Amino acid sequence: MFWVELFKAARRWRTWLLGAALGGIPIILVISLLLSPGSGSSGEDGPPFYELIVRNGFFTPLAALGALQVFLLPLDASLLSGDAVAGEAATGTLRYLLVRPVGRLRLILSKYAAAVVLITLLILWVTIVGLVAGGAAYGWGPMPTLSGSTLSPGAALLRIGAAACYIATGMGALAAVGVFASTLSDSAPGASVATVALAIVSQILESLSALAPIHTFLISERWLAFVDLFRDPIVWGEMAEGLVAHALYAAVFVALAGAILAHKDVMS
Amino acid sequence: MNALATHGLSKSYGDQTVVAELDLAVPKGTLYGFLGPNGAGKTTTIRMLLGLVKPSAGRAELLGQDVNVGASAPGVLDKVGALIEEPGLWPYLSGRSNLLCMARSGGKDERLGRIDEVLELVGLSCAASKRVKAYSQGMRQRLGIALALLGSPEVLVLDEPTNGLDPPGMREIRGLLRRLSDDGVTVFVSSHLLFEVEAMCDRVGVLAGGRLIAEGTPSELRAPGEHLRIEVDDAARAGGVLAALRGVEVEAGDEGSLRVTLGDGLDPSEVNRKLVEAGIAVRALVPERRSLEEVFMALIEGSNS
Repeated sequence: MFWVELFKAARRWRTWLLGAALGGIPIILVISLLLSPGSGSSGEDGPPFYELIVRNGFFTPLAALGALQVFLLPLDASLLSGDAVAGEAATGTLRYLLVRPVGRLRLILSKYAAAVVLITLLILWVTIVGLVAGGAAYGWGPMPTLSGSTLSPGAALLRIGAAACYIATGMGALAAVGVFASTLSDSAPGASVATVALAIVSQILESLSALAPIHTFLISERWLAFVDLFRDPIVWGEMAEGLVAHALYAAVFVALAGAILAHKDVMS
Repeated sequence: MNALATHGLSKSYGDQTVVAELDLAVPKGTLYGFLGPNGAGKTTTIRMLLGLVKPSAGRAELLGQDVNVGASAPGVLDKVGALIEEPGLWPYLSGRSNLLCMARSGGKDERLGRIDEVLELVGLSCAASKRVKAYSQGMRQRLGIALALLGSPEVLVLDEPTNGLDPPGMREIRGLLRRLSDDGVTVFVSSHLLFEVEAMCDRVGVLAGGRLIAEGTPSELRAPGEHLRIEVDDAARAGGVLAALRGVEVEAGDEGSLRVTLGDGLDPSEVNRKLVEAGIAVRALVPERRSLEEVFMALIEGSNS
């Protein structure tokens, strides 16, 4: 069923549009910087890559991912995961899958795995486009780290790949919430909107220092920790916490989704 | 063995009862018509039979195995094909890809070889590579039936299978179901089209208010209250002769004919013999059977009062 999900995604325009839109972001980033060579800095809250982007092509994918992670990547993760069960309910295919028969737990796991793989592919796609566009514009010289040292191109590629994968785990956690929301509704857009709303609310709460005690439980709390990969030496603490938190989010919400679907009367 | 059975099957939502202690038994190889007005509980019953909806009480059985709602699928569904209300299709895939994706999603793998065969069976071979988005309602319905047939099922559960088809299409599907049934497949078909059920089913169950209010072969259901239309040379004298018979009611029919209702155990040939013995020339003696529709309406009205 997992492979069928990927096949179906490949047959939908939506998937390719998402890829085109996301792949466009690093290209736009590079072009806009080329057009205004004087300014290379961003707002206060953004990741510190924008200042470095003009110096090195390796920073383009990171800058693009950092910008996308605020809204567009959570939106895509919500879109793909919110569709999981509710989308099948809306097309009337859910009941036919269940009488095929596909076990309800298996359906949830396959759907979740497919959503995570698609999101990961989209993130890797942005990374590759960013590397190519950034490299074409600025070249791939030795990469400076935030600590002042430089990385060889090979080491830089490795760390960029690790950053992309780390970001994918954060989006995977959100996708689990999306699949869960998808079992509660027969409307895929409804489930997706609820999920992306959670990501936004989480980021807003994160910015309120008065709520510091609950920050550690927020889903988006450690999404930006991949920045620590570009220190020398790498600071693992927050990323390790992040991986555990993302895995917990994924496990809890996938289990909840499974439990809900297993006991649900399928009337769609 | 029963291909399909329910035992005290019930479903209620809050204090609203949709299906009430339903006991169904459909022997293997039967073409069973499941009749009932809208809201009678047909679809809920079908969903409970297929493990989509959890019964409030009682249980459903397919091929002797209990059907449960839970984390894993009831394995017996491998031998069952279903059409539940409208066909469920992915609009962005072609007809063939729809079948392929459903087949690959779960269940038996041997289904893959049958894709072309079932497309041929429902007459969709030519449109198989068109996106379902561009299908007419009739084509969608045919694809839904193709999907139900994909796994060479031993039991077919079809909810309104001829919905959206034109009369030749309906006839074609009825013929297909009849052939499948003759080949030993058990077919459980719900419908509100009475002539359809009458024309093809071996047995009929009538559901109203979540209860089975009648069951039998179509002719058993029609039998009580059968009429004879009799044309004779002397209607007045014939009326007198017949009125003298026990268990016979005579009314005047149109154009000087007589409309005769026979009680239990009386054969039309008996009526004929009496008339001829009385020296009355009988021009025509035609059994006028009630249509299933009349029976159905009477049953429904009876169950409402």
